[in-house]
Amino acid sequence: MTIEARGVVKTFGAFKALDGVDLKVANGELLALLGPSGSGKTTLLRIIAGLEWPDAGEILFDGENALDRGARERHVGFVFQHYALFRHMSVFENVAFGLRVQPRRIRKSEAQIRARVKELLDLVQLDWLADRYPSQLSGGQRQRIALARALAIEPRILLLDEPFGALDAKVRKELRQWLRTLHHSINVTSIFVTHDQEEALEVAHRVVVMDKGRIEQVGSPGDVYDSPATAFVHGFIGESIMLPVEVTGGAVHLNGRPLDIVAEGVAPGASTLFVRRHDMLVGPADSGTLHGAVTHVRSFGPVQRAEIALTEGSTIEIDAPRDRDLRIGDRVGLKPRHYRIFAGG
Amino acid sequence: MSVLAPRRSTLPGFGLTMGLTLTWLSLIVLIPLAGLFVRSTDLSLVQFWDIVTSRRTLSALKISFGLSFAAACVNLVMGTIVVWALVRYRFPGRRLFDAIVDVPFALPTAVAGVALTALFAQKGWLGAPLAAAGIKVAFTPLGIFIAMIFIGIPFVVRTVQPVLIDLDPEIEEAAASLGASRWHIVTKVILPSLTPALLTGFALAFARAVGEYGSVIFIAGNLPNVSEIAPLLIVIRLSEFRYADATAIAVVMLVVAFVIIFAVNRLQRWAQAQAST
Repeated sequence: MTIEARGVVKTFGAFKALDGVDLKVANGELLALLGPSGSGKTTLLRIIAGLEWPDAGEILFDGENALDRGARERHVGFVFQHYALFRHMSVFENVAFGLRVQPRRIRKSEAQIRARVKELLDLVQLDWLADRYPSQLSGGQRQRIALARALAIEPRILLLDEPFGALDAKVRKELRQWLRTLHHSINVTSIFVTHDQEEALEVAHRVVVMDKGRIEQVGSPGDVYDSPATAFVHGFIGESIMLPVEVTGGAVHLNGRPLDIVAEGVAPGASTLFVRRHDMLVGPADSGTLHGAVTHVRSFGPVQRAEIALTEGSTIEIDAPRDRDLRIGDRVGLKPRHYRIFAGG
Repeated sequence: MSVLAPRRSTLPGFGLTMGLTLTWLSLIVLIPLAGLFVRSTDLSLVQFWDIVTSRRTLSALKISFGLSFAAACVNLVMGTIVVWALVRYRFPGRRLFDAIVDVPFALPTAVAGVALTALFAQKGWLGAPLAAAGIKVAFTPLGIFIAMIFIGIPFVVRTVQPVLIDLDPEIEEAAASLGASRWHIVTKVILPSLTPALLTGFALAFARAVGEYGSVIFIAGNLPNVSEIAPLLIVIRLSEFRYADATAIAVVMLVVAFVIIFAVNRLQRWAQAQAST
């Protein structure tokens, strides 16, 4: 099933949660809505699910208007951030709920319901928990039961709101891979909301980056990381060094001193230079285009992170290879290997 | 190391509070109740049995417990609807209605009795049209029933209200997205979550109605065997200086009330276990 949002606007009082959102989701796609809190990603998800209605705009499922129908008729599987399991029902009954409340004429027989629930519990690998109650489960188990419950109605679309938000780091990593594999096997058009860029980049086919109720960029994980479309995306995804610069006639100035980089067609005026930490190459003091002194060095993982006080005034953090010998007090020259300049201070 | 070293606890004061609790409960509740039992032993078993099974006593007990139960049932249903409206909707005057719920708590019961009697008397605002329709409320068991509903309603509302407020709206959204109709959401999701609170509210409203005296005697008419409640019969016996008779009826009320409250309590525990395990 394809999903399309056209010009969706939603306000809560004076707060504009969605400010004209257009989005197309292809059949069978696994899409991530990524953004900081308050960016409108959960509101968009809830509007698609029919739990919220837009002030303006359209939602189309396979080209048909979905706004005529409420959550109940949309046949959308929704997984809540805090699972929203029914506490007074066993795991089995939670998963069976969607099947039991179907209208009588299409409701399955008890035997069919049992078989289907068993199948779903097998799918999420928790069949041994069927008789337990939600309060007896761990967070990761609850999340998987919530997913099994949503899948029971054979939804045409699966929506997940911060699916791993409430879990600890290790369980999160496991569930990410598991979700990717699961999506591959059931192949339902799926959208999940997250504020965790690593999660979005690792799991999704395409990532939608949102900020302040607008879509900033839509693209593959590679696209949004390597070629951010806006200053916001560059700053939000990956760790970037940001320096305020002045563009005048194709030349770039930092604190009045020209830098050895080109402005790439950015209009003259106050702008911001973005460089990934690992794209800032460190050389001897007389090389490069930026200069400074090392004030702090920390080594962990594959890189060492150095804090450098630039002679131009600001302090930046860079990632250098472990074999590059850096000590506090060293004077160094820096040159960005890749960089982007966006207009605006 | 001494075996008798005091055990440290993060919540000190257990001995003191437990001692005070037991002393206080004994003074206020257990000793007076025990006195009641002692007093009733003035009677022989046969005498006791005769008093308790006399037509007038049995009628009074039946009226007290039967009408209390019926009133508690009505309060359970209507109280739940009131709670729903107060919690789920925003309407002008909501706070006022919310405050009005507490009126039966605060009103002296005699005042309530006089007000209800005036209202439902043959020439009262409600009594007149009802009388025209052939329904007599004041000075009949129906009047007792209405007084018991009046004094019981806040118990259901105030017990269920906080639980409904805390009920996560996501639960209902989840049920809706799974295809549940409004009816299914209410009966399969919301009501089961409220069951323990509903049972508590029911038990409190019932207990209050059984013990109610002031508001009922004004409206009841107090005809022996028809509209005479057990507490009133006790008072009548006392005024006739038949103390043993009074205590015998009191003991029966005590035992029945205890059994019912105990049963509701068990039921409530069971419901709670269902909801939280």
